[in-house]
Amino acid sequence: MTNLKQIFSNKKAFIPFVVADDPDFDTTVDSIVTLADNGADIVELGIPFSDPVADGPVIQDADLRAFAAGVNTDVVFDIVEKARLQTDVPIIFLTYLNIAFKYGYEKFCQKCQDLNISGLVIPDLPYEEHQELKPIANEHDIDLIPLIAPTSGERIEKIAQTATGFIYMVSSLGVTGVREDFSTQLKNTIDRIKKVTDVPVAISFGIHSPEQAEKLAAIADGVIIGSAVVKIIAQNTANTQQDLADYAKSIKDAIAVKA
Amino acid sequence: MKEMEKETTESRHYGEFGGQYIPETLMAELDRVAQAYDHYKNDPDFLKELHDLLNNYANRPSLLYYAKQMTEDLGGAKIYLKREDLNHTGAHKINNVIGQALLAKRMGKTRLIAETGAGQHGVATATIADLFNMDCEIFMGKEDTERQKLNVYRMELLGAKVHPVTTGSMVLKDAVNATLQEWTQRIDDTFYVMGSAVGPYPFPEMVHDFQSVISKESKQQILEAEGKLPDMVVACVGGGSNAIGSFANYIDDKDVQLVGCEAAGKGVDTDQTAATIERGSVGIFHGMKSMFLQNKYGQIDKVYSISAGLDYPGVGPEHAHLAELKRAKYVGITDDEAVNAFEYIAKTEGIVAAIESCHAVAYVEKIAPKMRKDQIIICTLSGRGDKDVASIAKYRGVNIDD
Repeated sequence: MTNLKQIFSNKKAFIPFVVADDPDFDTTVDSIVTLADNGADIVELGIPFSDPVADGPVIQDADLRAFAAGVNTDVVFDIVEKARLQTDVPIIFLTYLNIAFKYGYEKFCQKCQDLNISGLVIPDLPYEEHQELKPIANEHDIDLIPLIAPTSGERIEKIAQTATGFIYMVSSLGVTGVREDFSTQLKNTIDRIKKVTDVPVAISFGIHSPEQAEKLAAIADGVIIGSAVVKIIAQNTANTQQDLADYAKSIKDAIAVKA
Repeated sequence: MKEMEKETTESRHYGEFGGQYIPETLMAELDRVAQAYDHYKNDPDFLKELHDLLNNYANRPSLLYYAKQMTEDLGGAKIYLKREDLNHTGAHKINNVIGQALLAKRMGKTRLIAETGAGQHGVATATIADLFNMDCEIFMGKEDTERQKLNVYRMELLGAKVHPVTTGSMVLKDAVNATLQEWTQRIDDTFYVMGSAVGPYPFPEMVHDFQSVISKESKQQILEAEGKLPDMVVACVGGGSNAIGSFANYIDDKDVQLVGCEAAGKGVDTDQTAATIERGSVGIFHGMKSMFLQNKYGQIDKVYSISAGLDYPGVGPEHAHLAELKRAKYVGITDDEAVNAFEYIAKTEGIVAAIESCHAVAYVEKIAPKMRKDQIIICTLSGRGDKDVASIAKYRGVNIDD
């Protein structure tokens, strides 16, 4: 099996998210390397899908830029291959099930294994259907990373019990007022997860600032940062890689376990 | 308990198709909807209220009309039209909306959201929201809001808020995406009234059940009129709700041919088509495993049809299954053929039928002359065509906007 779980031992993991081929091939390779060199413990790479229903407008725009650059699944594999020349940072893919399905689960997972991809996050593959991919992924030493939402309710335990790698805590609940008792609710959910498994929990919750990252890292094992990273890449200037490096460092510092 | 779980898993699928491929944020709610539906579908009070609304509000049963002029003109099989166009709000959509909204009400929901293509499902949802005193928000591709302006105004007149969807190709598929996203944002008081026989379980099953009133009635009506079952049932297919309703009670009658008419747009072999079953391949999208128009990497294609109600890149999982089993046949009808049928049925029978339904009429025009006079076709007119008059005029180069 992969060593994803070990990454979280003795530290809070920083997991930035980048859309592959946004805005082009070389920038994505650079971004992966920059993030890896400046504190990313795992890099989450998005394979764009035409209809990303689980993503907000920032990621959707990044997907469009990637499509304009001609992205497809093979291009993404090529990006990873090139990045692998410069970094051995653990990489996981985030994509929608149809991308893996059409490629062929076996072929897709084999390719992932060849590129040392540690895990897959697939927002439209819930617990009820995960058996169609999980055994194949596991055969290729890839963790299928399950998502848990604050709305998961009674589902939390059954999902957590079968989790490997880490658990991806997500929510896009944007209703006003919810954010107030947000951390209490998150904490309760994490407590329930911890009762049934020792698999680490990383939170993806619209985190932008180092302060937010620090707060959430206090209750979880790691933070996943998507939109904020994608926004920096979207600026696409001569300073982008430096900005990305500075941002990564600021997050890494903020979530560092205080001695 | 083990038994029950097994049964539930099986009923989520139609052969290899169906399932629940939807973000975790919605799964718990989807479970609640499934459990509520499981309970109420056998609840006498629920069924009584449903039946009462269908008959006394939606104008059911709908007529099974013998199209004498068409029959004589085409010179072959006897043609009966199942007149869903005569339902309140002008289409079959109301059958399903009443059912789902009633379930929403029983679940304590106060707000209905829905996608719409041609606007018929949006109008039906807005109507029932008024009747049940619920809030209503409709998501409609921006391109569809432009080609179906009349229905946008109807929805607004009924008090619904219409959101033009500007992502993707700005048509039905994008409206479904937007409605799913809206549901993710707000679950507690909100029910997603799915308009077609698509999406994750239990939606395809609910839509099948609520629309099957079409074939339940037509079977009884044809037996009364002719003393025998039809030889063929024809309906148009986008997501496939009127078709599954038209087929449902004949699926076990192996001698009844079932034909679904897909929108071929400019032609099945062109890029501007929505003929999913003929041109598509197996994929996973909008919560279901089914047939989709997509590229080799699994990116969903842009689709095209003159009909805003049929230009959908997928099809309901039960249709994909019926096609695989060869129990139903699916054929492509082009824009040209559908527009010709629109004019034909207007002139022969005095019926202005929806451009969607005219895809089925076009097939009847082709097949009826090849059948014997003692054979019978039932063709579902899923909706009325008032909404299409302006765009058909435009198609013919007539400007009636001024």
